[in-house]
Amino acid sequence: MTGAVESTVRDDSAFRGTHSDEVLIDVKDLKMYFPVTEGAMITRVVAEVKAVDGVSFFIRRGETLGLVGESGCGKTTTGRCIIQLEQATSGQIMFDGKDLTKLSQNELVGARQKIQIIFQDPFSSLNPRMTINDIIGEPMKVHGIIPDQAKREARVRELLSVCGLNPRFASRYPHEMSGGQRQRVGIARALAMNPEFIICDEAVSALDVSIQAQVINLLEDLRDEFGLTYLFISHDLSVVRHICHRVAVMYLGHMVELAECDELYDNPMHPYTRALLEAVPIPDPDIENDREHKTVKGEIPSPINPPSGCVFHPRCALAVDGCSKQVPEFREVKPGHWVACTEV
Amino acid sequence: MTTLLEIENLKTQFFISSGTVMAVDGVSYTVEEGETVAVVGESGCGKSVTALSILRLIPWPPGKIVDGRIIFDGRDLLALEEEQMREVRGRDIGMIFQEPMTSLNPVLSIGLQLTETMTTHMDITQGQAHARAIELLGMVGISEPERRLAQYPHHLSGGMRQRVMIAMALSCEPKLIIADEPTTALDVTIQAQILELMKNLTRELGVAMIIITHNLGVVARYADRVNVMYAGRIIEQASARDIYHNPKHPYTLALLKSIPRMDQARQAKLDPVDGQPPDLSKLDGGCAFRPRCRFAVDRCATEFPPLEQVGEGHFSACWVKDTLDPSLKEAS
Repeated sequence: MTGAVESTVRDDSAFRGTHSDEVLIDVKDLKMYFPVTEGAMITRVVAEVKAVDGVSFFIRRGETLGLVGESGCGKTTTGRCIIQLEQATSGQIMFDGKDLTKLSQNELVGARQKIQIIFQDPFSSLNPRMTINDIIGEPMKVHGIIPDQAKREARVRELLSVCGLNPRFASRYPHEMSGGQRQRVGIARALAMNPEFIICDEAVSALDVSIQAQVINLLEDLRDEFGLTYLFISHDLSVVRHICHRVAVMYLGHMVELAECDELYDNPMHPYTRALLEAVPIPDPDIENDREHKTVKGEIPSPINPPSGCVFHPRCALAVDGCSKQVPEFREVKPGHWVACTEV
Repeated sequence: MTTLLEIENLKTQFFISSGTVMAVDGVSYTVEEGETVAVVGESGCGKSVTALSILRLIPWPPGKIVDGRIIFDGRDLLALEEEQMREVRGRDIGMIFQEPMTSLNPVLSIGLQLTETMTTHMDITQGQAHARAIELLGMVGISEPERRLAQYPHHLSGGMRQRVMIAMALSCEPKLIIADEPTTALDVTIQAQILELMKNLTRELGVAMIIITHNLGVVARYADRVNVMYAGRIIEQASARDIYHNPKHPYTLALLKSIPRMDQARQAKLDPVDGQPPDLSKLDGGCAFRPRCRFAVDRCATEFPPLEQVGEGHFSACWVKDTLDPSLKEAS
């Protein structure tokens, strides 16, 4: 248990819709190493950044999996590998029975329609020279979903209103809109392809507190209405707890813990997960006064030269001699609760 | 306790082509010696402009402090000559900004940046400043301080840079530190380290602090008193405890309601504040929060509610503050 966070066991399905047992996305032993090169004309690889180093998880249809961790832990790279924005170094990404890493360019175009992504920054992810109508309509045109222009524009207006925007916004440019409105445009653009699976990469992190809740509610409504599956990448543990069915915690390219949402927050087992949860301040001065503020020591090491054995051992309070030598196995300690630590 | 800083009816405006932006519109608050005061609000509410106004760092054009008084340690900062003001900045008032990458000079070593402030403001030799720099880096938890002094900002991680900023802010033994979103750019575990460090150091050294943030959790953990800002004005002012347990302004109430909390059972749906923040160049005479407010009455459209006392040390700017029933907050 972490500090004052109280146990909150209750029926999950009643709160955030049901999901089937069918596995939609199955990632197996995903590795993404980026080369570090030296030299201007004749470059040579001098090292590798192990951004993602052997990550496995699955997401069921209709489920939301949270992926949390601090900067550089590989959560964004994992998302980008799934949507094939990065060519994974090794590993399997099964989507609806097909391995995305093995598809040809043509086959990939088809698969990509079903997988969409919403980015963090609503300012840089929309082209400032395009109208909202073009931003949302272009993917439908490129993929030939709605070739007819008038019908496409009608669909854009429909998508805008689904996302809580006035259809008149179609003729506007991004700079005429606030951050929250732009993020809604980003969501409408993702929905334009009638996707099955959406990667939300820090989709609400750049928004103000009062707007954040609006967008979270929208994402939840859309999930229920269209039966969407989300990979919700975020560093905000309170938001992840609110929206996700299951949560995975990453640290320095490795997955350290994965469990049902309530199980993870009520009964965190990995020392890093515990440290993360303890670090989140709770908006209540009384609780904060009573809480013991232990902080995890040290900084996140460089992924170019990660620590041996368990990557968390230099910062870990529970570390024993063996931790620096052996990479801990990601094992199932309880049904559905996976931890990569030998000391729990 | 004596009052260290007293801001009275501060008005800072930006004169741009599309009109006058009332970034800070009549803000008053005080900071006692050794106290931590938080200023909370969302982007564009004027919280950072208030801080920059205290230091007189508002760029002209387009910005200008048009009215008000800022009494710091018995002197009106707005009446000082630029030369005198420079002695206040960095010596009496330390600053910590959000982005530790851009607020350190990338081409000067850490040691030079730390000692420059001290040799400028204090009557000490380079050698003494060097020794004090080592001591300061040790104090903010940087290992091998002597080696670090020769390094440049890009050698350090974000958390380390913020520690250097804190060391710099403390170097001339200031009476007040203004920290503008000091941990927003940092990771959760590093944020906890830095905040804990700031809290311990300010207590140990008896330094007062103004912490500007949008994170209500950070406020709850670290502030004694809180000012909530909306559209250039303070709309509620109270002790941290009152703000969280007995909010007397609909905006504060709505903000607290809209965040998912880790210590409470999960809700089916969040209860967001509807609508968008207002355009600060198009404010009318009424309450700026009125279009988003669930409690608004007719009077809100015509008259701006003054900040009035509702309890001991607790002020709210709302016409319905006395009848504000938190149980109604569920209704939408």
